[in-house]
Amino acid sequence: MTILRTDGITMRFGGVVAVNNLQIDINEHEIVALIGPNGAGKTTAFNMITGVYTPTSGNVIYTDAAGNDIKITGKKPSAIAKLGIARTFQNIRLFKELSVYENVMIAKHLHLKADFMSAALHLPHYNAEQRQAEAEVEELLKKVNLWDLREEQAFSLPYGQQRHLEIVRALATNPRLLLLDEPAAGMNPKETDELTEFISQIRDEYNLTIFMIEHHMDLVMGISDRIYVLDFGQTIASGTPLEIQNNERVIAAYLGVEEDA
Amino acid sequence: MANKRNLILTIILLAAFFALAWYVNFETDSYIRRVVNLCMVYAIIGLSMNLTNGFTGQFSLGQAGFMAIGAYVVGIFTVPVALRPAVFYAAPMNPLIADIYMPLWLALIIGGLLAALVAFMIGTPVLRLRGDYLAVATLGFSEIIRIVITNAQSITNGALGIKDIPPLNDVRYIFAFTAVIFVFITALINSSYGRAFKAIREDEIAAEAMGIDLFKHKCLAFMISAFFAGIGGGLYGALLGTVDPKNFLFTLTYNFLLIIVLGGMGSITGSMIGAVLVTAGLEFLRVFDEPLDLFGMAIPLFRPGFRMVIFSVLLMVLVLFWRHGIMGTREFTWDNFFAFCKNPFGFFGRKGAHKA
Repeated sequence: MTILRTDGITMRFGGVVAVNNLQIDINEHEIVALIGPNGAGKTTAFNMITGVYTPTSGNVIYTDAAGNDIKITGKKPSAIAKLGIARTFQNIRLFKELSVYENVMIAKHLHLKADFMSAALHLPHYNAEQRQAEAEVEELLKKVNLWDLREEQAFSLPYGQQRHLEIVRALATNPRLLLLDEPAAGMNPKETDELTEFISQIRDEYNLTIFMIEHHMDLVMGISDRIYVLDFGQTIASGTPLEIQNNERVIAAYLGVEEDA
Repeated sequence: MANKRNLILTIILLAAFFALAWYVNFETDSYIRRVVNLCMVYAIIGLSMNLTNGFTGQFSLGQAGFMAIGAYVVGIFTVPVALRPAVFYAAPMNPLIADIYMPLWLALIIGGLLAALVAFMIGTPVLRLRGDYLAVATLGFSEIIRIVITNAQSITNGALGIKDIPPLNDVRYIFAFTAVIFVFITALINSSYGRAFKAIREDEIAAEAMGIDLFKHKCLAFMISAFFAGIGGGLYGALLGTVDPKNFLFTLTYNFLLIIVLGGMGSITGSMIGAVLVTAGLEFLRVFDEPLDLFGMAIPLFRPGFRMVIFSVLLMVLVLFWRHGIMGTREFTWDNFFAFCKNPFGFFGRKGAHKA
């Protein structure tokens, strides 16, 4: 079953066409990768899906758990997050001055039903919701081995763990679709291997669908079910990792071709 | 265990403060009472400003305007009906409100609600802006509020101001308001909404991606802040016994900006400390305003206005060496207090708040 579909979304910034007529289909429980050289429009595509940008034309259709198609084009990022699409960022965007625990607790705020008065007065129904959220966060942090670091400020964590925490924070919103923007950027091969392991583990454990932008080809080829390749805003190829590896246009986009070849 | 101890200690501390308020109310002269009252009113407004500027990270400079709304509601409705013709001698009061009298507590709450309503109307267009732009826009709106008040002669008595507000001298009354507001804001900040506010301060884009509706939460913080600024302004008016548009020039806002920067942006207890230091500090520095004879010679520097020089120098030193204010984003908590007592020198070397 499809979980996300883009109907020819296009994004123009003035005269520049950052993404042109992008057509993507993601099925439930898949890991789909979006690759392409720098400046190909990958992050722009993410920003259109998560509501940071409204596409110049085209639509983004999300299918919720009940099977209803919802047009999410032009919705606010917060509304899209509530529907079950969570994301991480290319340049880590943690709440730096806050603790690891608070970072993850903040992700639980979107499910809070109590209004601010009941929250400020700590009324019983707010407290009950809060205890539930605390229990979930504790379980999640223990599972990903961040529980012992819960009091640390987010920016004091080592780089790899900050990336890790960002994924965990996104997980805490209980998403169905997780968008990862270069999760392995700046990681060494060992950390990348651990991350690959982690991504397929959370996919199975939380029944997630994962859509990611990545440059590390071992990671992409290792866990993706399907791959889309962007170059200058155009989709130049899509298919299984094996198909992509042997696609001439992809090789040309990455390595360049000789003029007279 | 530790929680129970902290709760008991907090209750003891509050009771001690209330006993102190009682003492100040009956055993000290009117000058001390006035300084203490002013400290508490400034603390309320400092807290309210910290909610938007310190916790939510929205640099708003509209506090004087919201105070004016609260102060004028108190001014208009608490002056005894019999005295009103004498107060509104230039132009009679609008007959619709001329006979409405309210007790002070009701006028304070209505003033707060009106300020929150105005904040909502201002916030809708203005909270889309960020940083300096937001500061300039809120500053402008604060002046607009003041100018509207100056020109609504039949309601606010215009530039003449409103006199004969029954003076509020009871320290316990203001203390009760301060304590309730302090507890409410502390509880709000320690709730899920408080965390959402801090998330917006830290990173708006990430907060939005985590499902926090930016506009809704900014507006909420702005309105709560205006509500308490309105109450604080009302108490300020009742304390002075008179309200006048010139009291609420935009320069008034800078007093509170000073308090929260000094105490620490994003620290509730910091705002309380800042309010006391600024208000009481300015009073204690009055010795520098009086002529001083040393060994029979008059020191020429000691003349009216010199205390402001001293005060400014102290502020500059403080901001140079403690850029995050006295408390930073820390809070005074009992756990921190005991940690400090055990190891006073090591305490400030540690980063972040550590919980027991």
